[in-house]
Order: sequence, then structure tokens, then C-alpha cells
Amino acid sequence: MSMSKYWHVLNIGLQNTLVYRLNFLFRATFGLIPLTATIFVWRTIYAGKADGRVGSYELAQMVSYYLVVTIVDALTAVTEDDWQIAADIKDGNISQFLLKPMDYLTYRLCLFGAGRLVYAVVALVPTVAFLWLLRADFVLPPDATTAGWFVVSVGLTALLQFLMSFTLALLAFWVLEVATFIFIAFAFEYLAGGHLFPLDILPPAVAALLDYTPFPYLTYFPVSIWLGRVPADALPHGVLVQLLWVVAAYALARLVWSRGIRKYSAVGG
Amino acid sequence: MNGERQIPNGESSAVPRSEIPHSPFPIRHYLALYAALWRNSVIRELGFKVNFLMWIVVEALWFALQLTFIGVLYLHTDHIGTWTKWQVVALIGTSHLIQQLFTALFLTNLTALSEHIRTGKLDFMLLLPVNSRFLISFRQVDLGGFVNAASALCVIGYALQRLGHAPGLAQFAGFAVLVVVGILIHYSLMLMLSATSFWTVRAQGIVWGYYNLFNIARLPDEAFRGPFKAVFTFVLPMLLVSNVPVKLLVDKLGSPLEILLLVTLAALICVASEIVWRTALKRYTSASS
Repeated sequence: MSMSKYWHVLNIGLQNTLVYRLNFLFRATFGLIPLTATIFVWRTIYAGKADGRVGSYELAQMVSYYLVVTIVDALTAVTEDDWQIAADIKDGNISQFLLKPMDYLTYRLCLFGAGRLVYAVVALVPTVAFLWLLRADFVLPPDATTAGWFVVSVGLTALLQFLMSFTLALLAFWVLEVATFIFIAFAFEYLAGGHLFPLDILPPAVAALLDYTPFPYLTYFPVSIWLGRVPADALPHGVLVQLLWVVAAYALARLVWSRGIRKYSAVGG
Repeated sequence: MNGERQIPNGESSAVPRSEIPHSPFPIRHYLALYAALWRNSVIRELGFKVNFLMWIVVEALWFALQLTFIGVLYLHTDHIGTWTKWQVVALIGTSHLIQQLFTALFLTNLTALSEHIRTGKLDFMLLLPVNSRFLISFRQVDLGGFVNAASALCVIGYALQRLGHAPGLAQFAGFAVLVVVGILIHYSLMLMLSATSFWTVRAQGIVWGYYNLFNIARLPDEAFRGPFKAVFTFVLPMLLVSNVPVKLLVDKLGSPLEILLLVTLAALICVASEIVWRTALKRYTSASS
């Protein structure tokens, strides 16, 4: 019984996001233009390299890096959810969740899952067409086990992305305008998560430092698994660390939520 | 940020009529009007000082991110095509300069158009005794954009110093003119895209989609080939708007024809935008009557 109500939420979430399918199609297709531009720049750099390598990446690996980032992004990126959560708090919509036997975090997670599902299905067409155009430079996971670990890691990435955005959006309990905070965090994630370039082409000291933060587990880690760049014996350990970050993010989200609610109720009465 | 409430868009920007001197010369009249709109924007920003500063931090951070990207690329190579590191830094600076000046002057106004149409507020704007395109384009000024543009100028200056290159006065003047031309191109293209909101409610998405294309403008043109290069040179001249002024500044122009191409395309796009605007407006007025 307690699970079925969340199935309901998922269902409603699916129906609500289906309305935006055309919007999603635009976004997925427009997103391919800067991606193409980045790949052009890398090709030009490789054309000028005598040894055909940048760091430990050959051209096909580098191109595939950005392509797999696009795939992971389609499956896990938080797009509207943080704005909606902040708006729910600001407009007082969360009051109803304090009365209903429904947990706001789980409710939001269901909506996030539904949104990603619809987005991934809609983005499938332009993305696959694009991958097919670049198939000469597209690297597949080396074997089925690696592919399996990739799936697990993407699932954890989605949870981590969601929980971090959720916690950040809860700032709306304390400040009126959370947009700037979200953009600042997004900028850090963009760089330190490995969106802009693979993290192991950074100076080794910087890359090692980033290893102690959750950021590489937001994009860089699953992509590296796909490309076969994480050694088989290091895989379980890496996924375990990712899982620990998810648990930590969950605990933080719960803590901030309960603090926020206390503040919220105090204002209300 | 500190408990202030956002003022709804409309109320604050009503210009007190008495402040605008009625002059027999329309240009002076419009300058006075624009001055009043500026004053209004300054007063608005002063109401949200912390927020104003935070947005400057956000923009500066994303600018730094782009520079970091180039810094990391040049750890592994010393040229992209024929572009050296500090030439590309000057390019990113110029692209940021154009983008921020555009943001300061036009972005808020153009993205708001679809909202004005949807809420019917456009009707009231059309009733005012002012040119409608003027009002739509210049209503609000985003002052943070000027601060960010200043940081872009600093980066360009530093890059020129690292290049050991001192451009002549004519080059600086040409650069300034081409920057204005670039802003004009972005403005006209985006006005045309905003005008699609007379036909579809999805225009805002299209407009933001275009804004994302600014990302291409900061990359060296030599990296591109094929249909991609053709489209983003001749149809949406992203690969010209920042590349050409920088090439003029650092003595990199293949031929003066590149300048001619940029200016010609700008003129064409300006004319096209005026035609699209008039057609759209005509459609709007006839639809409601």
C-alpha cells in the first residue's frame, strides 16, 4: 500500500512531463550543436599532435568521452526539479505534504524519475542519429560486465545528482532567491564533474584533489567506466565510494529538510 | 536574498510622463526617454543590491570556467589550427564582451516579449505614443552586464600584453565598431526569434536555444569545416561575430573581405529583422480586431 501511492505519483509525473515532449526534443537537438563544436575543436587539436594523443586519450576515446557524457546527462541531469522545489517552498505548496502521509523527498524523487524517463525516450532519436553519424569514433564498453557496472554507476549518479540538487533547493527555506546559488553550484559541477573535459587531463595534483570530493562521481566516473578506463579490480571499490557519497548526500538532505521544516513551521504559526 | 520581494515586472518601469520633455526633434525625445528608462533600471537594481552582486559573481565564474577550459587545452597543445593560447584568450574575452553588452542592453527585453504577448500587456505598450520596436527593445537595462563587460575588457587587455602586441589606433577603432556590429547581429536575430511568439507560445524556448549558440562564438573559426561552418558563418554568423574583431586586433585577418562579409551580413540581418517585426506586428493587430 505505502509503495503504491508513489507508483501513482510516478504515473502522474509521466503524464505531466509528456506534455513537454516537444520542448525536450528541442532541448536535446539544440544541445547537439555545442557538442558538435567541442568535437570540432578536439579534432583540430589532435590534427596538430604528432603522437595522436592528449594525456592518455586517443581521438576516438576523447570524442566518445563527450558522447557518453551526453548519454549520462540525458539519463541523470536535474533540469527543472530544483526550481520547482524552491518554488514549492516559496509559494507554501509544501504545507500540504506536512499533512498528507506522503514524504516530500520520495515524492520529488518519483517526479524526477518520471521526468528523466520521458526525456531519455524523447532524446533517444536525435542522440542515436548523432551517434550513428560519429560511429567511426564511438567506443563501446569493452565487455558485458563493464556495461553492467556502468548501469549501476549511472543509477547512483542519478541519485547523487538528485539529492545534491534537492538539498541546494532547500536553501529556499532561508533565502528568497536561490537561483544564483544553483548557478554557482552548477558551474563547479560543470568543471569538477568532468563535463567540460575528462578530469585526468588536468595536472595530476588537481585531479587527485578532486578525488576527495563527490564531484567526479556526478559524471566523470560512470563515463570512465564505459570507456574501459577504470581497471576491473578498482571497479567495486569505486562504485562503493560512489554509494557512500549517495548515502552521505541522503543524510544531508534529510537533515537540511528537517531543519528547514522547523524554520518553515515557525513562520507559519 | 534578504527578505525583499521581487517587484512585478510592469509597475516599476512605468515612466512618469511629466519627466519626458516634448521636443520637436524625435531623436532628442527618444534620448530623453531612454535616459528615463535607464534611471528606472538603476533604481530597480538598487533595491536588490545583494542579488545584483551575486549575479555578477555567477557570470564571472562562468567566464573563469571558459578560460580554465582553454588553459587546460593548452596544457596539452600549443596551437589550435594557427591560434595560439593568448589569441584564443582574447577571442573568449571578446565573445564575453559582446555577449555581456548584449545582455545588458537587450536580453531581458527580448525574452520578455512572449510574456507581454501572452498576458496582453503588449496592447498597452502599443498604445503609448512611442515607436513600438524602441519600447520592446530598450525597456530595461541590466547593469550587471556592464560590470561583466569591463572584466572582459581586462582579459582582452591582458591577453594583448602577453602576446606582446600593441595594436594601432585604427585597429582599436575598427575593433570597437565590429563589436557594435556583433551586438547588432545578435539583437536582430534574437528579435526575429522573439517575434515568432506572435505565432507560437513556444518562442521563449527558441530564444533561449539561440542564446546557447553564443557558446560557439568563442571558439576559433579554423576548427570548423563542412556544412556546420557554412551555416554558422553565412546563416547565423556565430563564427564571424567575435572571430573577425579579434583577428583585426591581433593582425590575423586572412583578407579584409572577412570584415566586408560581417558588415554585409549584419546589414542584411537588420533589414530582415525590421521586415519580420512589421509583419508580425501587423498580424497581431489584425488578429485581435
